[in-house]
Amino acid sequence: MGLFSRRKTVHVDSDILVIGGGMAGCGATYESRYWGRDLKIVCVEKANIERSGAVAQGLYAINCYMGMQWDENQPEDHVRYARNDLMGLVREDLGYDIARHVDATVHKFEEWGLPIMRDPETGRYQREGKWQIMIHGESYKPIVAEAARKAATEVYNRIMVTHLLMDKTKANRVAGAVGFNVRTGDFYVFRAKAVIVGAGGASHIFKPRAVGEGMGRTWYAPWSSASAYALPIEVGAKMTQMENRIVLTRFKDGYGPVGAYFLHLKTYTENVNGEEYESTWYEDTKALVGDYIDRHPVPTCLRNHAILKEVAAGRGPIRMVTKEAFQDPHKETVGWENFLGMTIGQAVVWASQNIDPKEINPELTTSEPYVMGSHATCSGAWASGPEDYAPSEYQWGYNRMMTVDGLFGAGDTIGGTAHKFSSGSFTEGRIAAKAAVKYVNDLSSEQPQVSEAEYQNLEEIVFQPMENYQVGRNEIVAGTVSPSYLLPIHGLQRLEKIMDEYVGGISTNYMTNEWSLKRGLELLGMLKEDMKNIGAEDLHQLQRTWELDHRLTASFSVAHHTLFREETRWPGYYYRGDHMKLDDDNWHCFTLSRYDRHSGDWEMEKAPVYHIVD
Amino acid sequence: MPTFVYMTRCDGCGHCVDICPSDIMHIDTTYRRAYNIEPNMCWECYSCVKACPQNAIDCRGYADFAPLGHSVRALREEEKGTISWKIKFRDGREKDFVSPIRTTPWGSIKSPADYAAPSQEAMESQELAHEPDALHIDMLPALTPDQLKKGVV
Ligand SMILES: Cc1cc2nc3c(=O)[nH]c(=O)nc-3n(C[C@H](O)[C@H](O)[C@H](O)COP(=O)(O)OP(=O)(O)OC[C@H]3O[C@@H](n4cnc5c(N)ncnc54)[C@H](O)[C@@H]3O)c2cc1C
Ligand code: SF4
Ligand code: SF4
Repeated sequence: MGLFSRRKTVHVDSDILVIGGGMAGCGATYESRYWGRDLKIVCVEKANIERSGAVAQGLYAINCYMGMQWDENQPEDHVRYARNDLMGLVREDLGYDIARHVDATVHKFEEWGLPIMRDPETGRYQREGKWQIMIHGESYKPIVAEAARKAATEVYNRIMVTHLLMDKTKANRVAGAVGFNVRTGDFYVFRAKAVIVGAGGASHIFKPRAVGEGMGRTWYAPWSSASAYALPIEVGAKMTQMENRIVLTRFKDGYGPVGAYFLHLKTYTENVNGEEYESTWYEDTKALVGDYIDRHPVPTCLRNHAILKEVAAGRGPIRMVTKEAFQDPHKETVGWENFLGMTIGQAVVWASQNIDPKEINPELTTSEPYVMGSHATCSGAWASGPEDYAPSEYQWGYNRMMTVDGLFGAGDTIGGTAHKFSSGSFTEGRIAAKAAVKYVNDLSSEQPQVSEAEYQNLEEIVFQPMENYQVGRNEIVAGTVSPSYLLPIHGLQRLEKIMDEYVGGISTNYMTNEWSLKRGLELLGMLKEDMKNIGAEDLHQLQRTWELDHRLTASFSVAHHTLFREETRWPGYYYRGDHMKLDDDNWHCFTLSRYDRHSGDWEMEKAPVYHIVD
Repeated sequence: MPTFVYMTRCDGCGHCVDICPSDIMHIDTTYRRAYNIEPNMCWECYSCVKACPQNAIDCRGYADFAPLGHSVRALREEEKGTISWKIKFRDGREKDFVSPIRTTPWGSIKSPADYAAPSQEAMESQELAHEPDALHIDMLPALTPDQLKKGVV
């Protein structure tokens, strides 16, 4: 400890602590203030909320908007859409809840100054597709952050939250969180009556396609470090559908978005010979998944499946036919601005390789898998549903409260609710926050009790990697190879390789089986032991260490869930080679896990699915 | 395209350090200017490029798949409310785009505490802030418990 004698411990008390100031966290912060006028509301963020999270570079579309004012869609329609896309399995109670509120969120965004495009003829929002509306969203995140800053009592930027704190007097109740300031190295102890986790999804769990300088060009942001899962998992919150990782079909190398291309520009895909290929694989897919292949729209994973089969048959790459559409200057502008608004890297790739989609039909690829809860996928924490209609098996407390008392979540954090995207994540943050205010009001003056011994112990654990480095560094002349420590990047690359090769990444064409998963878990176990020997040269590397730790915890969960579900529910996302077919008789259910940090055991169980009856 | 900083333009103000979501723009202690300490953790999100008052930051496409000779430049002007882009291909072709970024003055968003305090009745309802008005429909939709049934669809 002598090395860090100047380090301070800072105590911050609050009523509501929001962890992660992304879309969900900003929504939660805003709504907390609306309902909790006198409450102390603190938002803590590892970067700077002005440009943090998956929306840091902006977005060109809001992908979840009903348009109830024009009778375009009703919340039920969105539930059926999400259910269909996820092969029958979503928390319909939670999904409906987001859908019924999301329009109000979007109208607020417009009032705050987000430029939403309008259809010149109808005056309505310009639709990109049935659910998507088009925006000029370069400043989407700064606008949303401004609303959150106005609402918060305090925003702490550049604090990496590493652990949640539990109440010392009440089992299974959260009492706060700890973390460290990435600039000063001060240790922060946050005590709170309610905690809302909005810490985003997970990239860099599986080995990315680019492993050199371009390894940061993942589809989901490289700073999406699985904290949203690791923080609750560590304190025993139940997770759901963690096997449901997502693979994205995107433009090659830059992972530029395809939504506007398909939906608005009406471009389409073909194989290398210029042929339509999806129908070639219809019977094959039907044999695996039955009539899910006949549903409309065709589920995202099954469209991936057709691409994977066609490429394996030697007729790849799949290309997007853009040459026709791009003759229209308006469409050309939309095509490029779509990248500049949310994936600038794709514009760079095309400029560098002289790819002008007016003249060349660009290649597509399937990405490495990601773990998240807000896109065409629904991994995350198991949460209580809305009070007014959720079935009793889905209701044990306050809306969006996890299975730990006082611990709430939203956005990528919460499982079972696919297709919420940016607007739905913000909305879910609002839903969680109103419930958290109720929870705090109901507690009245009861203060959370944190144990001094617990956070002091955590302080040692949090900074240990810097000690490891300081001590071990003297053993060697120079360089990155030490017999006593690993650098965070070494651990990350090991993690990615294990997940890639054993848990269904790109190098096995997303294939795994029981033996591989068990072997993967063994190797993850050794990596976990090695985490005690990570050496962090400075505070930045200390942040990387804890990001790695969170990714590792989430990876265990993904592997356990994948092992538990003995079927291939989402071909195109991953395959259980030993159970290649979808099995509705046994697996039309959610998978739940609970980690016990004292024994190190993972308990798995099934939970029922409830559907809205037509 | 990880970022890099032009030596002659950077004055070490630190805006890029403050904004980078990946925490990889740092000030070099010898030169007192910024640089990218971890290019392989750069998302090419351009947050630093847009924030640099000296236009000192540029991107060079990732070496493992982007041939040299291209450039994608951004100019974000808050007062004008626009962002302008210039894309230059390796073969010299150029494309320019301009988009609006915001329709209201910066700082103009009202705190939720500036609205009338909600009633206890509202607190107990399922409505969120500003609802039902902000929904632009009369009433918040809801399901009834009997509409959700266990089973296979
Ligand atoms: C390329 C791309 C394109 C997309 N396109 C669209 C689109 O067109 N339309 C649409 O609606 N949506 C789109 N999305 C999805 C949308 O961005 C996400 O659904 C949404 O951002 C999820 O919100 P969130 O709050 O859960 O996570 P995020 O917005 O990622 O926020 C998570 C926050 O937590 C912080 N954090 C993480 N760990 C910690 C920690 N340990 N301590 C403190 N803070 C932490 C992060 O820094 C971040 O600020 C896209 C996403 C990507 C990446
Ligand atoms: S913002 Fe620009 S001028 Fe300021 S430190 Fe960064 S690169 Fe230098
Ligand atoms: S482009 Fe984004 S990730 Fe890269 S250095 Fe700049 S702010 Fe950081």
